[in-house]
Amino acid sequence: MRRLALLLCLLATVAQAAPRSGYDDAGPQVRAMQDDDDANPGFLWVQQGAALWSRPDGSASKSCADCHGDASTLRGVAARYPAFDAKLRRPVTLAQRINLCRTDHQAAPALAPESDALLGLTALVGLQSRGLPIAVDAGGPNRPFVEAGEHFFRTRQGQLNLSCANCHEERAGHRLGGALIPEGHANGYPQYRLEWQTMGSLARRLRACLIGVRAEPLAPDAPDAVALELYLAVRARGLTVETPAVRP
Amino acid sequence: MRLAPSRRFVLGAGAALLALPATPARATKADVAAAIRAITGGAPLRPGRVKLDLPLLVENGNAVAMTVGVADPLPAAERVLSLHVFAEGNPLPNVIHAYFGPRSGAPRLATRIRLATSQTIVAVAACADGTFWTDSVELLVTLAACIDDL
Amino acid sequence: MPRPLINVPKKVKRGDAFDIRILIAHPMESGQRRDDKGQPIPREIIHSFLCTYGGEEVFRAEFFPAISANPFLTFSARAVDSGQIVFTWTDDLGATQFDSVEITVE
Ligand code: HEC
Ligand code: HEC
Repeated sequence: MRRLALLLCLLATVAQAAPRSGYDDAGPQVRAMQDDDDANPGFLWVQQGAALWSRPDGSASKSCADCHGDASTLRGVAARYPAFDAKLRRPVTLAQRINLCRTDHQAAPALAPESDALLGLTALVGLQSRGLPIAVDAGGPNRPFVEAGEHFFRTRQGQLNLSCANCHEERAGHRLGGALIPEGHANGYPQYRLEWQTMGSLARRLRACLIGVRAEPLAPDAPDAVALELYLAVRARGLTVETPAVRP
Repeated sequence: MRLAPSRRFVLGAGAALLALPATPARATKADVAAAIRAITGGAPLRPGRVKLDLPLLVENGNAVAMTVGVADPLPAAERVLSLHVFAEGNPLPNVIHAYFGPRSGAPRLATRIRLATSQTIVAVAACADGTFWTDSVELLVTLAACIDDL
Repeated sequence: MPRPLINVPKKVKRGDAFDIRILIAHPMESGQRRDDKGQPIPREIIHSFLCTYGGEEVFRAEFFPAISANPFLTFSARAVDSGQIVFTWTDDLGATQFDSVEITVE
């Protein structure tokens, strides 16, 4: 009995050491859709992002390409996000970083959350890191935000009184209604969800999970939301970036 | 954008059942038969020649990969003019009508389709000699695409 | 609407069959859904699609609401001469769009 418990314990540590991507929990059809760039609808957004990348905008009349060159120069960037912004003294998501470039460097209005334009640019930048390991910084000035995010992840909430961890740690691999509960990693955003029939951000996914437990959804730019995204990236370390992922 | 509460959470957590959207009208077998008759003009359907490929188990009915085609080459007089796909459990019986022109390489197509529920999908191939061939697949949709709810 | 993603081989041998794959950005609103106020969302789908090659028809289709959002199609063409492959599609709003690619036949 003791041995069994020890073994289970070991298995648990192993499971923790090697996170499992939602890709591995998806069926063969969904995986095939993600694997084939010609068939993956996420590439419609990537293509739109690429068109915006080289289009001058704002009163500075500058394009992303004017300052950054080819999008491929941003290889590895998405794998580090959310990243700490020294000026704002808090972590920002990749989409927020892009919007900072819009407002600060292009003198253009920020793009609306979930707009095709913002999803497209974020997907384009995300794609440059596809296949690279998640490399978010859990220490330094990010540390208190990671802790806040983890606290949120482990706090029961909503009418159903469930925490994210209740499902994505304790019940991962079990079924909920018809759906398999994945470990809930955020390594492929923005992603194309069959349920949405469109591309969506991690913020949209998290709102759906919160509404699912009958809790107050987070405002997309609320500090808690970014802290949670940061913690999700920290717990996904060991996985690679899959943007643009496809999920059921 | 609208985020309706997912009914799967409700089912899973055993909380009070949410009022579900009214199930949309389903095509009946008779609707499908009528849609097929509109293509065949009542000519008999024979099993064979055409092959319909769909997964037997579907994770999400919003986008299901489907391939339909006639693989064996046929003499010109019997060549495939068109392929048609019908769904017995969707709100409408028709899925796609496809026609092959002089520059076609093979009478075959692949696409992604919506399936409202577990059901039988029927394919019909119309040949130049006036014959009609059919194949069908019965499949299980584990998570019905919420047609009324995104 | 962003442009579709079209995939054809750059070069093909004369007489060979080759695959054409196209992914079109379109919501394919089925007309069977309701908005959050319970009002039906009007149908807005691409209902017809045509592909020609050197001016001759390769493939033509009539779509129904059962075709998924962001339609993806694969079909086959036969290489005859170098030339233009043209795609045309029309939706319920009456908008006809087209796009094309060049192919080299050797
Ligand atoms: C006028 C020059 C300029 C333009 C135009 C510009 N950027 Fe930037 N971008 C920068 C600078 C400088 C930084 C470094 C951070 C800072 O100082 O804001 C940066 C940082 C970034 C980063 C983060 C890089 C990292 O290593 O963390 C991303 C992603 C990015 N930009 C994307 C974009 C996109 C997408 C656009 C177009 C919508 C764009 N930028 C337009 C100058 C620009
Ligand atoms: C009642 C169980 C439950 C709770 C509580 C829950 N989720 Fe989920 N979550 C799911 C299920 C089931 C899925 C699979 C997707 C679906 O709905 O089909 C999912 C999917 C996800 C995904 C997508 C993973 C991927 O591969 O893209 C993320 C991220 C996620 N959840 C994060 C969270 C966070 C953060 C919380 C807490 C705020 C949370 N979830 C709370 C059940 C839950």
